[in-house]
Amino acid sequence: MAADTVPAVETAARAASIREEFPILGIEAHGRRLAYLDNAATTQKPREVIDAIAGYYTTSNANVHRGVHLLSERATAAFEGARDDVAAYFGAAHRHEIIFTRNATEGINLVAQSWGGRHLAAGDEVLISAMEHHSNIVPWQLACERTGAVLKVVPIDDRGALDMEAFGRLLGPRTKIVAMTQLSNALGTVTPMAEIIRAAHDAGAVVLVDGAQAAYHLPVHVQALGADFYVATGHKLYGPTGIGVLYGREALLDAMPPYQGGGDMIASVTFEKSTWNTLPYKFEAGTPHIEGAVGLGAATRFIRRIGFDWIAAHEADLLAYATAAVSAVPGVRLVGTAPVKASIVSFVMDGVHPHDIGTVVDRMGVAIRTGHHCAQPVMARFGVPATARASLAMYNTREDIDQLVDALHDVRRVFA
Amino acid sequence: MSDGLQELYQEVILDHNRRPRNFRVIAGGATQEGYNPLCGDRVLVSMAIDHGVVRDVAFEGQGCAIAKASASLMTEALKGLTVAEAQERFAQFQSMVTSAHDEPPADLGKLSVLAGVREFPTRVKCASLAWHAAKAVLDGAPAAPVSTE
Repeated sequence: MAADTVPAVETAARAASIREEFPILGIEAHGRRLAYLDNAATTQKPREVIDAIAGYYTTSNANVHRGVHLLSERATAAFEGARDDVAAYFGAAHRHEIIFTRNATEGINLVAQSWGGRHLAAGDEVLISAMEHHSNIVPWQLACERTGAVLKVVPIDDRGALDMEAFGRLLGPRTKIVAMTQLSNALGTVTPMAEIIRAAHDAGAVVLVDGAQAAYHLPVHVQALGADFYVATGHKLYGPTGIGVLYGREALLDAMPPYQGGGDMIASVTFEKSTWNTLPYKFEAGTPHIEGAVGLGAATRFIRRIGFDWIAAHEADLLAYATAAVSAVPGVRLVGTAPVKASIVSFVMDGVHPHDIGTVVDRMGVAIRTGHHCAQPVMARFGVPATARASLAMYNTREDIDQLVDALHDVRRVFA
Repeated sequence: MSDGLQELYQEVILDHNRRPRNFRVIAGGATQEGYNPLCGDRVLVSMAIDHGVVRDVAFEGQGCAIAKASASLMTEALKGLTVAEAQERFAQFQSMVTSAHDEPPADLGKLSVLAGVREFPTRVKCASLAWHAAKAVLDGAPAAPVSTE
């Protein structure tokens, strides 16, 4: 695997040069070098994404799909060009299988309501895992309330790995959909998604993959994976907030009713009856987040330029380094030690609440997340109210980790 | 360590975090839960009020050092006050942790160690949680868990 073939020193030099492409990483935090380790919450944006958005507004801004003038043609070309970029990034068979949403959450809600409303009935089962983000729990609870379907939860073990035996037992003829994360935001666990999808398909269920975390750490090819639905969010892909992606297989999307009504999603409207536009527009009511899509398109090109061979190797090297360094701090215990992980080091420290850790390290220039990470069931599973979480991206370096570890020693000194 | 951090995590606060005072539930007392769901801090404030006087105050729960120390210091500060005085103390405390004043009001005594919270806007909700729970009891309006988020 690529992770074993790229020397650490080479990846470090490249990471340092990539860091230069992110203007915000040059600022100081409380008078210190900024060590940004809250990437699972959102990533920073490279210059070319910022320039793409500014460029759109300075050369192309208009509404899409309706004007006949120059700027509207440019805006439409930029918006639809971004769809091509995103379709290529995720390996979709058709560009119209890419629906632009606000975020991953909206993608899941769209499927839970539109697909769920048509396909779920009393006694049917929806299968999720015990490490889902709230955004892949609550939409299914709402769908179950409306339809009488039952939510089933695959447990995780003490390391935070998915219990695949239990998954096999819980997957049955009543399972209509499996909705599962590819990479846990609270634990860093990478789930065996190809295996999950094969088993689900054998059982006659469709699969929604929550790729909000995975899509910027792992190469994703929805066709190779066999995903029926795949959701992701732009702001974690080094792109803007407010733009997300739902991939759906054409046949599934075609058979689903619209999610929201409005402009752009119709073919014709009379007061007696309206008919729906074709894919993807059936699911994109109203003026879309045009500059968001443009920024996301640029972000996917940026990531593909860097390449996942290098990204995965660099992040794996850095995760191993961070895991060893953080767990060597006295009193620190890692939460989430699954055998296959990416990006995330979640931890607690004896006698110190995560919020106090977060406040102290912030003053040392280190940005981490503290809290329940929108995964309260995960916190309950591990018996902690909250954790501190350092999460990596391609531009992080060992210097960031060293800065975090130094700051954690300061935390120890304050609360000794 | 930066000056701001030293101001926030003063020795008194660290001490009350390690050894919270009146960490219990008053049997037969009026209680109010405080819960900040985003950060998970949870506190149960209980109070014995007799003839308009706060005879006893206690708290239980889990939270960060600021939330625990503030709750612990609050139990000491409110004990023995009349309900009206305790309500006034609540208002003074809120003013201290949210105001932009350079110096805390002089009459808050030991509570002044929490004035450093003003420099950490995201932590004001931690310092305020137990106080808002106490306020609900003092106002005679215990209800669903109060929140400061």
